[in-house]
Amino acid sequence: MNRLTTSILALALTAMGASAALGQDAEDQPKPARQSWSFSGLFGTYDQAQLQRGFQVYKEVCSNCHRLSIPFRTLADPNGPAYSEAQVKALAASYQIVNDEPNDKGEIFKRAGTPADIFPPPDAYPNSQAAAAAFGKAPPDMWLLAKARKYERGFPWFVFDALPFDQYQEMGADYIYAILNGYTKSGDAQWNAYYPGHRIAMPQPIVDGAVAYTDGTPAKLDNYARDVAAFLSWASEPTLDTRKKIGFRVMIFLFALAILLYLTKKRIWSKLH
Amino acid sequence: MSGTPSYVPKSAIGKWFESRLPIMGLVHSSFVAFPVPRNLNYLWTFGAILAFMLGAQIVTGVILAMHYVPSATEAFASVEHIMRDVNFGWLIRYLHTNGASMFFFAVYVHMFRGIYYGSYKAPREVLWILGVIIYLLMMATAFMGYVLPWGSMSFAGATVITNLFTAIPLVGTGVAHWLWGGYAVGDPTLNRFFSLHYLLPFMIAGVVGLHIWALHVSGQNNPEGVEVKDVERDTVAFTPYATIKDLFGVSVFLIVYAWFVFYIPTYLLDADNSVQANPLVTPAHIVPEWYLLPFYAILRAIPNKLVGVVALGAAIVLLAFLPWLDTSSVKSGKYRPVFRVFFWLFVACCVGLGYLGSQEVSDTATLIARILALGYFGFLLVVLPLLGVFEKTKPLPASIADAVLAKTKPAEAVAPPASH
Ligand code: HEC
Ligand code: HEM
Repeated sequence: MNRLTTSILALALTAMGASAALGQDAEDQPKPARQSWSFSGLFGTYDQAQLQRGFQVYKEVCSNCHRLSIPFRTLADPNGPAYSEAQVKALAASYQIVNDEPNDKGEIFKRAGTPADIFPPPDAYPNSQAAAAAFGKAPPDMWLLAKARKYERGFPWFVFDALPFDQYQEMGADYIYAILNGYTKSGDAQWNAYYPGHRIAMPQPIVDGAVAYTDGTPAKLDNYARDVAAFLSWASEPTLDTRKKIGFRVMIFLFALAILLYLTKKRIWSKLH
Repeated sequence: MSGTPSYVPKSAIGKWFESRLPIMGLVHSSFVAFPVPRNLNYLWTFGAILAFMLGAQIVTGVILAMHYVPSATEAFASVEHIMRDVNFGWLIRYLHTNGASMFFFAVYVHMFRGIYYGSYKAPREVLWILGVIIYLLMMATAFMGYVLPWGSMSFAGATVITNLFTAIPLVGTGVAHWLWGGYAVGDPTLNRFFSLHYLLPFMIAGVVGLHIWALHVSGQNNPEGVEVKDVERDTVAFTPYATIKDLFGVSVFLIVYAWFVFYIPTYLLDADNSVQANPLVTPAHIVPEWYLLPFYAILRAIPNKLVGVVALGAAIVLLAFLPWLDTSSVKSGKYRPVFRVFFWLFVACCVGLGYLGSQEVSDTATLIARILALGYFGFLLVVLPLLGVFEKTKPLPASIADAVLAKTKPAEAVAPPASH
């Protein structure tokens, strides 16, 4: 019986192996490399200084084209960039926001932003049609960008990705990092190694030295890419820290519960003959 | 087997109430005194796990519905509002999305268990058919639920599936327009899907009630596949024996569920569903949720749309006929050496089809999918009917108790009976 089962399993595995090979034909599309992130793993949390640098990169570079539809107030999130209330207030006030309601003369007007407001669209591209007209394709809103991009891992990797101690959940961040580092054909600002099909509508947005960091971190593309990818990961999943913290307690509780139930079960069943 | 008035109320109020509505007696006979075969393995705890998951989906779903807005312009943002601004909204939503997957995982274990041990055979045909109805309702519920966040894969999925109806000759397009409430998937579609997604789980709960009623008439099957002969020797009381075992099963299942919710919550989510639906932009690669992939693969393997839709339907509906397709009088795969081989090949076909359903179409993929689809239908329509005639089965134990004793004897009474 056991030999049968093993031979069947072997058969099934060969079949799956064969079908796995399907995915591999004619791939000139490299996969983003896996980076190490402070927020990966069982106990991962966002690195506040990194998020602040990432926000700086967003604000000085990406925000020229990409919208980020989150309220200013969330930047004060203690599990996020953790800017002070005063900093957030000043930041919000530096933006001009179109008021929801017209004034009493019926005119639409602009006013200084408050922390409850959502980041306005880039000045140059008030709506995605305007941006699409300029680039051929609209730059996506960045609030969910890190969650909205994944790439095929293929068999058997996608199985390992789900398991403890590997738990690969940062594909979006790796993809953003790879895209920013993917402009490797000199003389072609719209060729990207990692963009599907390589023709990307976004001209290389950032190079070494483009942003002046104030905390001594070297002003290198590699750091910009890493920091902004971390910041965008937070923007799309701001509850990650809380989730992992609660999750750990829940896990301990459930393991204890399962062990106790198992012992009780053994005890009850041992009375049978 | 149930129905013996084993319950005697102690208090005066209890007596007064019981003589007017004997509900405590019903609960007692169904979940306390109910005799359970003593040799059930842990695959039999999945019924309790499924009941738990149905409850979990209803509770989390009702809370989500308090914050969700079923409108094409606001649905996507309202889900993100739940994720970010509602207290523990992220927890509720991740419990619900991953809960659907856990529910399907459990139902697949439950169903394959039923096939392996021949649980659908007499006298459990109606019990099995009720199960298939539950499964159909689950698929409908999950499909409509997936449309609600109005991501681009929601939209694509709704379009692909509702378009299947256009394959019906003559009236197909009319039916599709009627389903959409317009000329394409849009706001009216989303609204009716929300309404139905809220309704169907309660219909599932109703059918589960019938399912458990039927179970309590026929009693449970068991790994030996021989019926209970002597209630004293072959069975144990549901409480405490099955109750504690089910609780333990549920707690282990919860560990896996919690792992998904807290540590890999987006593992099963399609990235394209974090992009708001836009009728003008279709995702490059449309894939349904994993639990529907085998059927999607069957659909794509067939070049003619109408035939494909019929095959898709047949792949599910045929399951309801298993009690009659399987002609063997022996229930358990344990005593059917040839059936067992084909059973695992059938499982491999389902897994293989599922994998292919997730891949992009290519000639090789389509060819393999066709072979596996033949395997799927071949098992149901050819292998099962013929095996009953040709297979040489092993001798069955005289009774459940004999099988249990044969197993524990050599180990000299130390090993607890019944657990595997
Ligand atoms: C000059 C305008 C511009 C700037 C500045 C810019 N982007 Fe983009 N971005 C675009 C456009 C246009 C697209 C759409 C590209 C496409 O899909 O072909 C895009 C798309 C993207 C994508 C998605 C690619 C995909 O898979 O669809 C990422 C990631 C991205 N940008 C990151 C950034 C980051 C990070 C920054 C800041 C460092 C940045 N962008 C700055 C214009 C810009
Ligand atoms: C909401 C989904 C479902 C719930 C809550 C549910 C619940 C249960 C419960 C509590 C049991 C008794 C415990 C057990 O034997 O595991 C049971 C038995 C059974 N179920 Fe389900 N079930 C569901 C779906 C299904 C489906 C989809 C099928 C098959 C198509 C199915 C087929 C059966 C069969 C055949 C039995 C009897 C098993 C035996 O005694 O061997 N069920 N179900």
